[in-house]
Amino acid sequence: MSLPAFDNGVASGLLAGILFGYVLESAGFASARKLTAQFRLTDWSVFKVMITAIVVAGGALAIADTTGLMKLADIFIPTNYVWAMLIGGACVGAGMAIGGYCPGTSAAALASGRLDGFVFMGGMVIGTGAFAWLFDLLKPLYLGAAGPEAQTLPELLGISSAAILVAISLVGVAGFYLGSRLEKASGGALGAQTLDDDATRDEGKSPVIGGLNANQGSSL
Amino acid sequence: MNASIRPFWSPLVAGVALGAVLFATFLFTGHGLGASGSITGATAWLGGHVAPAATRGNDYLGPMLNGNPLATWITWELLGVLLGALLSAFAAGRFRVRVDGPTRFGAGGRFAFALVGGVLSGFGARMARGCTSGLALSGGAPLAVAAFVFLIGFFIVGLLAGYVTRRAWA
Repeated sequence: MSLPAFDNGVASGLLAGILFGYVLESAGFASARKLTAQFRLTDWSVFKVMITAIVVAGGALAIADTTGLMKLADIFIPTNYVWAMLIGGACVGAGMAIGGYCPGTSAAALASGRLDGFVFMGGMVIGTGAFAWLFDLLKPLYLGAAGPEAQTLPELLGISSAAILVAISLVGVAGFYLGSRLEKASGGALGAQTLDDDATRDEGKSPVIGGLNANQGSSL
Repeated sequence: MNASIRPFWSPLVAGVALGAVLFATFLFTGHGLGASGSITGATAWLGGHVAPAATRGNDYLGPMLNGNPLATWITWELLGVLLGALLSAFAAGRFRVRVDGPTRFGAGGRFAFALVGGVLSGFGARMARGCTSGLALSGGAPLAVAAFVFLIGFFIVGLLAGYVTRRAWA
């Protein structure tokens, strides 16, 4: 069988999504408070999980390419449009710092019972509509400063992917070390119990929050 | 206190698991994971019902109405994300209907923040042709330049916005 299998059916999508959602929730990424704490530098889970996943998947992809199991040329690699990537990244970053989520984690939030996750997803529909409405105006930014198609860092810098993965790993190790120190200084990364205790404490403060939890109970 | 609530996975364990799921997705489908694409499909579908003429005439969303904008791999994947997160939250005793956010706001204030953030995120993900999962993670693993340019914008502006909103969120 040749890889990738290019299976884009219903079962393939559901299975990939179930595993993805299970991992996101297990990492604590369904919580807006935990996610936004990354940008206050008091909880480094977003950085730690992302860089670990990139190194693990990146290493596996590089080995698959070298051994011929699956060539990188056969998988989807996005093309760089400098302005679009910078502006898009800036908006998604600001959206996470203000709204608490990114697109995938807002779905995990909704599924774990967080109503603000649902509101965030509604906001995304509005933002997508606004982009479409302004598309003709935005085209110069959307298509400007295009790099070579599907360009990778090894191609751009002329260094082997192994060397780049080692460099990213070193950044990761430094981030784990520095992040854990900053987490300790601010009372530790946010855990599941802390977040649940806070929700319990809030029950008396807001009629909406309290009313919902009165029906739900805390042991669900 | 609630003894039945299990702790989150450590970031290292979660990162390795996420990397493994991402690699398996590449093997099976030829592309990585995603999320925002399903919202784009939903927006096109919604526009097709609420404002069919304007949506069909739109350069960005119009072409999606030539087929069913919801019948895509990314829609099934997002349904899976909802299911997987639900399973995990229930299995670990973490499911609870609530409004998550800064304790100083009532639900209304929190929803306003979530809505504004969602608008920014939806707009940004279309601009960059992907979000934190579809571009930063799934493009980052094959070391795409685009993913790292996106991440530079994401962390610089995220940190700035996090600083500005720190009193609201802390």
